[in-house]
Amino acid sequence: MKSHVLRPLFVVIFLLIAGLIVRHFLIPDGFGTHERGYMYGWHNKNDEQFWKNFPVKYKSSDYCNDCHNDKHSSIMRTPHAIIQCENCHGPALGHPDSPPKLPIDRSRAQCLRCHYPLPYPTSGRQKIKSVDPDEHNPGTECSSCHDPHNPDLEGIKS
Amino acid sequence: MNRRDFLKYSAKGIAGLTLPLSTIEIVSPGEIFADKGSGTRWVFLVDTYKCTGCGLCVKACKLENEVPYEANVTRTWVERYVLTKDGKVWADTPKGARDGFITNKIDLGEGRFQDIKNEDIQKAFFVPKLCNQCEYPPCVQVCPVGATYQAADGVVLVDRNWCIGCGYCIMACPYGVRFFHPVYKVAEKCNFCYHRINKGLKTACVQACPFGARMIGNIRDPEDPVSKVIRNGRVGVIKDEFGTMPQVYYIGLSREVV
Ligand code: HEC
Ligand code: HEC
Ligand code: HEC
Ligand code: HEC
Repeated sequence: MKSHVLRPLFVVIFLLIAGLIVRHFLIPDGFGTHERGYMYGWHNKNDEQFWKNFPVKYKSSDYCNDCHNDKHSSIMRTPHAIIQCENCHGPALGHPDSPPKLPIDRSRAQCLRCHYPLPYPTSGRQKIKSVDPDEHNPGTECSSCHDPHNPDLEGIKS
Repeated sequence: MNRRDFLKYSAKGIAGLTLPLSTIEIVSPGEIFADKGSGTRWVFLVDTYKCTGCGLCVKACKLENEVPYEANVTRTWVERYVLTKDGKVWADTPKGARDGFITNKIDLGEGRFQDIKNEDIQKAFFVPKLCNQCEYPPCVQVCPVGATYQAADGVVLVDRNWCIGCGYCIMACPYGVRFFHPVYKVAEKCNFCYHRINKGLKTACVQACPFGARMIGNIRDPEDPVSKVIRNGRVGVIKDEFGTMPQVYYIGLSREVV
């Protein structure tokens, strides 16, 4: 039965088995077809947990209310109530332990996101009062005259 | 059968075979999800009338999901469309609208800008874009290693440990939502803030939007406000003809939006 024809066959079978053993150790346990079937669902189940455990960074304005109640109650009486505090102060993850202070975005660009005049009839933009940045006190931070937590023109700082 | 008929019938037959089923069958999203059992199927709803192009959603998304802030890549972005009275369509999204739109000049790329006079504008609006979490995601089909996949709730995720960075998925996505993560060097995409929605929170972009232009919901729940709008209201999707069944629905979509 010793045949030079069979020899390569044994080599192939050996390689196949070796490959399967290596594969068994390389591929993590979670791999399988799972709920969405082979075409869309072939994956490592454990990876879903990785994404679920991703840290949440944005807390929402309610969180700030505990300690910055003055700012919170002030802004809630104005049309700026719709803007989350963190949109102007950055994500609050860890604050106030670390970082002890959140940044303050005083740039004119931050206010102009909404207040730059764009006359777009079918967008919400047109409903917001706007100022031309080249004419409206150029070079000065908006917050040196307007209080973002109370933008009412009545209480304008002068 | 003569040769002429033979050719005619075979041509018709082939044409018929290649026609996707979806073109004959008209299905509404409600039908698809209503009887597929309980549980969760995340969908997104965008009201383009409410969007003001402030870009706070893009800023929040990048910081929440650790997408390098200065790199010109983003999981979600806002496009501006300006249609002029002479029938031209202008569209731009400078830095994905991370800093909003604070000029009325259209960014044509490569440092060129198009000035448009206010009186020439026929209509203009903003369209936020993000991953459509397609029911039949082509990006997942093409992944050769099983690194990108759809979870049971419909969200398409990327396994950062398993992705080999071949880029097939980036090419396959009809919506261009995928890109290479500059730090991890793997495919990256919007995943509806999977970490937030699984904790009962809204996505970062939904929370950051001051105008309620972005909404997320569960289409399998008939009482969900988003689900109600999609079932009962008039909504559209982008690139329907690709047959991927995108699950980001738009109110006020226009023909010009691609
Ligand atoms: C547990 C209490 C607490 C909460 C909650 C909290 N903060 Fe603070 N915050 C502080 C303290 C304490 C300081 C430091 C004040 C100081 O040193 O003057 C601070 C400082 C700040 C500063 C810097 C003030 C300055 O003078 O530079 C900002 C901005 C700020 N917080 C914003 C926020 C926002 C926005 C939120 C909600 C997302 C928030 N904080 C939630 C306690 C809190
Ligand atoms: C539209 C942008 C914007 C929003 C929204 C906003 N802030 Fe501010 N905030 C600012 C700016 C700008 C300053 C700096 C004001 C100044 O220099 O007078 C500031 C200053 C602060 C300070 C520190 C300065 C001080 O006077 O003590 C705190 C604390 C603060 N904000 C908290 C909040 C909280 C809490 C909210 C949400 C309820 C909030 N902010 C919402 C823009 C904003
Ligand atoms: C997310 C969009 C947004 C941002 C960012 C924003 N605002 Fe506003 N602002 C509004 C809206 C909406 C109103 C209320 C609608 C109106 O009357 O214009 C408003 C109202 C105002 C008003 C009052 C106008 C009036 O006649 O009562 C002032 C002043 C103002 N904002 C200043 C600022 C300043 C300063 C900043 C930057 C710190 C800022 N806004 C950032 C959306 C925004
Ligand atoms: C030097 C002080 C000063 C600075 C700086 C300033 N403003 Fe004003 N702003 C005013 C005064 C005063 C008024 C009310 C009178 C008026 O309409 O000019 C006003 C009015 C407004 C109004 C209401 C316009 C309307 O049609 O009723 C808005 C919105 C506004 N400012 C936004 C801004 C923004 C955004 C910035 C920063 C880019 C800014 N302002 C910078 C003083 C200032």
